[in-house]
Amino acid sequence: MSDTVQQAPDLAGGTPAEPTPGGRVWNGVKRAALLFAEQRAATVLVVVVLLVIYFGFISSASSTFLTSDNIANITWTVAPWAIIAIGEVFLLVCGELDLSVGFVLGFSPFLMHYLIDFYGVPPVLAVLLCLLMGLAVGFANGFITVTLGVPSFITTLGTGFILQGIMLVTSHAYPATIPASAAGVGKLLGSWPWAEITWTIILVAAFQVVLSRTRWGLHTVAVGGNILGASEAGISIPKIKYGNFMITGFMGALTGLMVTFQTNSIDPSNASYTPMFYAIAGAVIGGTALAGGSGTIIGAFLGTLVLAILFDGFNLIGISANPQPIILGGAILVAMIANVQLARLRRAGRTR
Amino acid sequence: MSTPEPDGTEPAVAVPDNSEAAADPSDVLRVEHVSKRFGAVTALIDVNMRLRQGEVLALLGDNGAGKSTLLKILCGFQPPDSGRIILNGQEVTLKSVDAARALGIDVVYQDLALIDQLTVYHNMFLKREAVRWPLLNNRAMRKLARQRLDDMGIGLKSVDAEVARLSGGQRQAIAIARAIYSDAKVLLLDEPLAAMGAKEAALILDLIRNIKRQGDVSVIVIAHNYAQVLEIADRVNLLQQGKITFDKPSAETSVQELNDIVIAEYRRALEERQRSA
Repeated sequence: MSDTVQQAPDLAGGTPAEPTPGGRVWNGVKRAALLFAEQRAATVLVVVVLLVIYFGFISSASSTFLTSDNIANITWTVAPWAIIAIGEVFLLVCGELDLSVGFVLGFSPFLMHYLIDFYGVPPVLAVLLCLLMGLAVGFANGFITVTLGVPSFITTLGTGFILQGIMLVTSHAYPATIPASAAGVGKLLGSWPWAEITWTIILVAAFQVVLSRTRWGLHTVAVGGNILGASEAGISIPKIKYGNFMITGFMGALTGLMVTFQTNSIDPSNASYTPMFYAIAGAVIGGTALAGGSGTIIGAFLGTLVLAILFDGFNLIGISANPQPIILGGAILVAMIANVQLARLRRAGRTR
Repeated sequence: MSTPEPDGTEPAVAVPDNSEAAADPSDVLRVEHVSKRFGAVTALIDVNMRLRQGEVLALLGDNGAGKSTLLKILCGFQPPDSGRIILNGQEVTLKSVDAARALGIDVVYQDLALIDQLTVYHNMFLKREAVRWPLLNNRAMRKLARQRLDDMGIGLKSVDAEVARLSGGQRQAIAIARAIYSDAKVLLLDEPLAAMGAKEAALILDLIRNIKRQGDVSVIVIAHNYAQVLEIADRVNLLQQGKITFDKPSAETSVQELNDIVIAEYRRALEERQRSA
């Protein structure tokens, strides 16, 4: 295409004039304000801050809420949800989901125990093999969903049950003790009280960058936003979906080890749908659209943080666990209604 | 150049046979004796078509006349049963959409290609992103997108806008710009003006005029709205019941003439149906 300047048919508003330095600052402020209003993460952050202020300074629990013990407690609750949510956000954004990840979480520490205690594998290698198992389960989920064409809801329901069965058969449904030789690697992964939240923050930050600033993230959004258009543009849909299932499996395996080291036990009851549901709830509260095409990791982290703070705070001020699901359900619905209505407003905002 | 007659299919009406004049080296794309059949339905019968360098060709026809079948063959989505496709004087086999695109034949479908949730510049560079490893080089893409849209005369307030917020005409323009900058030499526009208001359509018509003026890209516009397309097309081909029945420079035809042909066609079909009933 030549560089000649054409007579522009200027129907769409025209090109803006070169911004003056002052104008640029003002534009920056305006853009930041718009971003804030649009970005769910910002809204959820406000909720987090309000909850901390309430429980920390106003409620009857204010004497205990901000103690380091209680904060650690909150981090142990939020870390597994938030790390699993990283994977789920990638999957939801590209139009899939994974129900099996909670069972990857449950099986992973047993696998480490078998490898170290029965096969004499060095602890660090055993940990790596557990993470590899998570990747393999993700690959299997991808294969059944993408290549064989089974909806991911059903695929991961099936693989989840299978993993649960394998764990129960091999462990006879009894808890196991952590191999002594794994203490060193355990310290890094969870037995040091702040290990889990440190990893969470590192992973959330890293994967937020992957989602919003790399080709992988861009293509994930494209696949979830318009699968035909993405395919037309030459993006490999299978590659993106396999990859995101594998990220989720990896996060599940990693979380399983962390929970084990933090609680100092390998417990078959850790395998359940619960962390997956809280992860997805957090993702939705944080602005991820279940229909695909949009979502943020930071939003999901803050969403799970809201849930963790709520549960912790309610326990401290003496509200029993029984009404907590009502709060959770309400939060999910409010967030989802906001998602849907915001999307509708956006469509209405198209220039005609 | 002499091409063998395809066996079996004898044209029922006088078909202008472009292929005999096909020695013209200025043809960027030639379709010779292409037929396509789906089971009992014959979609294309011995179609001959030519596209000159820098030309805008309007391919008109009613629904079911075979326009989309021809489009799908040209963009590599499906192969013809018989016949040849010649690109820049060389016979080509378009094995897939990607293969056709690699040869410089690109198709823009209305409202299909773009990702609503991504910005204008990400859409323009999708799969060909500027990267400063491991991150996307958004600054470079933004700047280049701005410059390219301006060069093509597509006035857009901001390349940062989500595509979902743009109008149908703007989206179509961006999709066309993207195809042009992925080195398309032959651009197939499928119903580019469908479901568009006058203002929107004017944007696209101006864009096609701009492309024509620059002369690097040859365009086939597939449409069934004659009036608007005649305005920008150099030549008109009419596809009826799988055959090209009409091939004239747009200066030598009129909306009236095209309408008359199509109405005559309807009459004949109606009479046939009444006779068989």
